Amino acid sequence: MATSTATATREAIPVRVTTGQAPGTEGTMTGRVIRYALIILFLVMVLMPLYVLIVTSFKHSANVTASEAWSLPRSLTIDGWQAAWKSLAPPLGRSLIMAVIAAILSSILGSLNGFVFARWRFPGATTIFTLFLFGMFIPYQAIMIPLQGMLIDVQSQPGMGWFDGIWKLIVVHTIFGIPICTLIFRNYYATALPNEILEAAKVDGAGMLRTYTSIVLPISAPGFVVTMIWQFTSAWNDFLFALFLTNRNNGPVTYALNELAGGQNPNYPQIMAGVLVASLPTLLVYILLGRYFIGGLMSGSVK
Amino acid sequence: MRKRAKDRLPGFLLVLPSIILIAIFVYWLIYRNVATSLDQTVTRATKRVLNPGGLANYSKLLGDGEYQHALFNLLVLTVVFVAGTMFFGLLWAVLLEKGVKGEGFFRSVYLLPMAISFIAAGVVWRWLLSPGVGEQAVGLNQLLAMMGLERFQNGWWQSPTQFSMAAMAIPAIWQLSGYVMALFLAGFRGISEDQREAARIDGASEWQLYRHVLFPQLSPIALSALIIIGHMSMKMFDLIYAIAGQNSYKASVPATLMWTQLFAQNNPTAAAVNATILLVLVAIVVVPYLIYTSKSEKGTH
Amino acid sequence: MRKRTITSAVTAGAVAVALAACGSSTPAPGDNAAEPTTGAAMETTAGGAGGDVGVFTWWAAGSEKKGLDALVKLFKEKYPNDTFVNLAVAGGAGANAKAKLAADLQNNQPPDSFQGHAGAELLDYIDADQIEPVNDVIDALGGDSVFPQKLLDRLTVDGKIYSVPSNIHRANVVWANTAVLKKAGINEVPKDLNAWMADMDKVKATGVATPLSVSGTWTQVQLFENVLIADLGAEGYSGLFDGTTAWDSDEVKQAVADYKKLLTYANTASDGDDWPVATDMVIAGKAAYNVMGDWALAEFTEKGKKEKEDFTYFPTPGTDGVFDFLADSFTLPKGAKNPGGAKDWLMLVGSAEGQKAFNLAKGSIPARTDVPASDFPPYQQSAMEAFKTNEIVSSIAHGAAVSLAWNTDISTAISKFYSTRDDATLVSDLTAAAKKYTS
Repeated sequence: MATSTATATREAIPVRVTTGQAPGTEGTMTGRVIRYALIILFLVMVLMPLYVLIVTSFKHSANVTASEAWSLPRSLTIDGWQAAWKSLAPPLGRSLIMAVIAAILSSILGSLNGFVFARWRFPGATTIFTLFLFGMFIPYQAIMIPLQGMLIDVQSQPGMGWFDGIWKLIVVHTIFGIPICTLIFRNYYATALPNEILEAAKVDGAGMLRTYTSIVLPISAPGFVVTMIWQFTSAWNDFLFALFLTNRNNGPVTYALNELAGGQNPNYPQIMAGVLVASLPTLLVYILLGRYFIGGLMSGSVK
Repeated sequence: MRKRAKDRLPGFLLVLPSIILIAIFVYWLIYRNVATSLDQTVTRATKRVLNPGGLANYSKLLGDGEYQHALFNLLVLTVVFVAGTMFFGLLWAVLLEKGVKGEGFFRSVYLLPMAISFIAAGVVWRWLLSPGVGEQAVGLNQLLAMMGLERFQNGWWQSPTQFSMAAMAIPAIWQLSGYVMALFLAGFRGISEDQREAARIDGASEWQLYRHVLFPQLSPIALSALIIIGHMSMKMFDLIYAIAGQNSYKASVPATLMWTQLFAQNNPTAAAVNATILLVLVAIVVVPYLIYTSKSEKGTH
Repeated sequence: MRKRTITSAVTAGAVAVALAACGSSTPAPGDNAAEPTTGAAMETTAGGAGGDVGVFTWWAAGSEKKGLDALVKLFKEKYPNDTFVNLAVAGGAGANAKAKLAADLQNNQPPDSFQGHAGAELLDYIDADQIEPVNDVIDALGGDSVFPQKLLDRLTVDGKIYSVPSNIHRANVVWANTAVLKKAGINEVPKDLNAWMADMDKVKATGVATPLSVSGTWTQVQLFENVLIADLGAEGYSGLFDGTTAWDSDEVKQAVADYKKLLTYANTASDGDDWPVATDMVIAGKAAYNVMGDWALAEFTEKGKKEKEDFTYFPTPGTDGVFDFLADSFTLPKGAKNPGGAKDWLMLVGSAEGQKAFNLAKGSIPARTDVPASDFPPYQQSAMEAFKTNEIVSSIAHGAAVSLAWNTDISTAISKFYSTRDDATLVSDLTAAAKKYTS
């Protein structure tokens, strides 16, 4: 770049042209080549484990060994996929119900809390908010033992026998999702919700709830995208709670997958297909909504 | 502006359900766990003392060689995991941050591993990180051989070195670098175009631009990424459980040791001690951060 | 100190009882006067007690699952009132399942019956007061007239029997690839460890880099226990668990040295791998030998391999005449929701009919002596014969010889040794572990 002239014409419009280039044409030729080479290299590295999963899942179980993990299947079969689907379909359904409900509930609570902490504060709000945030960071091991006992106590109350498996997970993921959702919404509202509008609403005599439903909620979509994706993914991918709180008959897909992978006579195509089946919903979410996720992060949810 | 109590109460009431839930499920349970960790326990039938009770439970665990080994492993894992995700996250963000064709596609792919659970990823990483070398090479070692890089073959997390746990960070870095990238990308977007422009006009090179103008503004993001990744590392269990099984000495960290204490040794009290120490370790890192952010926010409000 | 004394008395007593070479000193089941459960008095309802019967096992895949399925089918026929609920948990030679079970027991949510390795492993549950004696069931099944006395001895603690055995496995068997041996010119079964390692050198010379295959940690423990039996003999080995053989004795040191040397012939294993990884290496000809329990047979036949033609088996060199035993058994947990249904299950597991159906499918041998051997395939016939005639010792890796907690410490020591290969540390770790649980 001709920097010497650029300095001289600091205010001049023509300089802007250099930044207005079409994507991919910025920098020198060598720079661009290196940049794309690196991007492709990292792309290959990131996709490598997925490659192993996919090729293995289409192989015949009889001739799969770890030493052939990199080679393409000699002949394709979907036996592994069928077997994986057969054993994972019920827990997959349970995971779906569990992760969707937990994501919705934590997002709603997070949105309400975020609104209060950002714009409708009360004395001690900062302290309480900080106490909430600490809940996000605790190692869940530190509460697992009493949690397990407490939930079993609830379950053994008369009429509460149904409270097992994914219902416990819904409660747990909803509650442990509150801190992060609150944080995301609070940061989002702090930038996306101008004080002036709230003041105007107040002048109009709107109470808190009306302000929330008529002003805050309509602009909350980007925040909800982020919290829903985040919560759905973390509830879906959780294994620790599933291990402690559920069993093979009522657990989510991560639990079932671990059983599939830990079996005595491992059927590798089935296991690898199982990994893909169990990850498909979250992969789809990221492929289809990843843009919005990053967009949501960019719209002020991060700081 | 001063608000009247009438205005404040509804805000408190709206948050109250969450306050109650967090109070019970976080703070009450932490208290219960700490209480359990101080128990004196004796086996029911043979009256064998499993835990002496009180703080002696803590000194017993802290003095245990296996626990110290697990703590050291955790340190190695955390340092490599944090450094690795920060490095790749920042590098990818810089690569994709401006003017790349198909940027959205690359971003999504880099973010993709984050969609896969540790337990699922562990299945394939167990293969990839197989320790066999030479003729027995499978997984990454085999790949290295195929690329003519045999001399880099190693036993990964089962290498006979003290620092072998560093290899366990590889799958973790694979999973979370994309997330750190997304955080940094968001940070870059938050920096106005005018600042870059001004720096360029002042004659700054691209490197100087990043070094002196852009990176300093990313430091709050870097700090939160550091905290997020760091605390994830400390509580990491799924991945190690899936890759190394539950009784691997080489791969043991406090979180997996807790599993052994709780179930194989049938000693919930010792497990509670372990969990409490883990909580304290996390708190040492996180609490100052939380206080710092809440203070700095008060300043800006 | 008093507490300790009681511990050691009970533990040593239980172990001594469990390991005594002959059972003459053992009180007969049901002798304990305080114990109201005596034989014929057990009440059962025809068609079953009714209700759900939750049964916890780690038989979730492969031949084990087939065995369980066979039992369940029979259970449904015999006890139509009961509803079987499968609570199986897969993985890790039962390690995952034991974890899950421990959690349920700690939270007072026991299944109606759970699988446990017969022997010392049950001590943990007995010590924690989590399981009930089942002498009544054993007696109703026929007691020592149908179960071998030496097996009942291993299930008896203070005169009470705490589980009903379903099947027996042998853990000191070498599985070998016939073609690989032929190529190396090996025609004879090696007599001892040294002869065996000499054969491994021959195999190595033919280009097979890893004559011996090992897998994750518990398979290493199993290999180590085989070496211990070979170097210490049956009596010396059994003495390790009641204090008569010291863990830092020269014999143990020799065994550690032999084990270390054996590992130099072996592949580089990964801690998390399960046993089929190692067995598959023999099937694929990448290794000549694998020391594995006799459940490996199913892996060979499943991959279409033929006995003698493709593979062969023999007791681990140096352990001929010794049967390294482990048995699965079923318990009656304290506080089970449906003890009546649980007893129906135990009666089925212990019946001749149940044992035949189960063991045919699983590939193990019946715990009962009155199931005709002629109904079983050749390997099982030979194992049944060996169990009758051989010296019996208890497996470490499979919970027959030591409690779960002790086993965990041994596993950690072996896992550590695998990366350090430090003899002295292994011996001192093993000694320390033994001290923790026997003194």
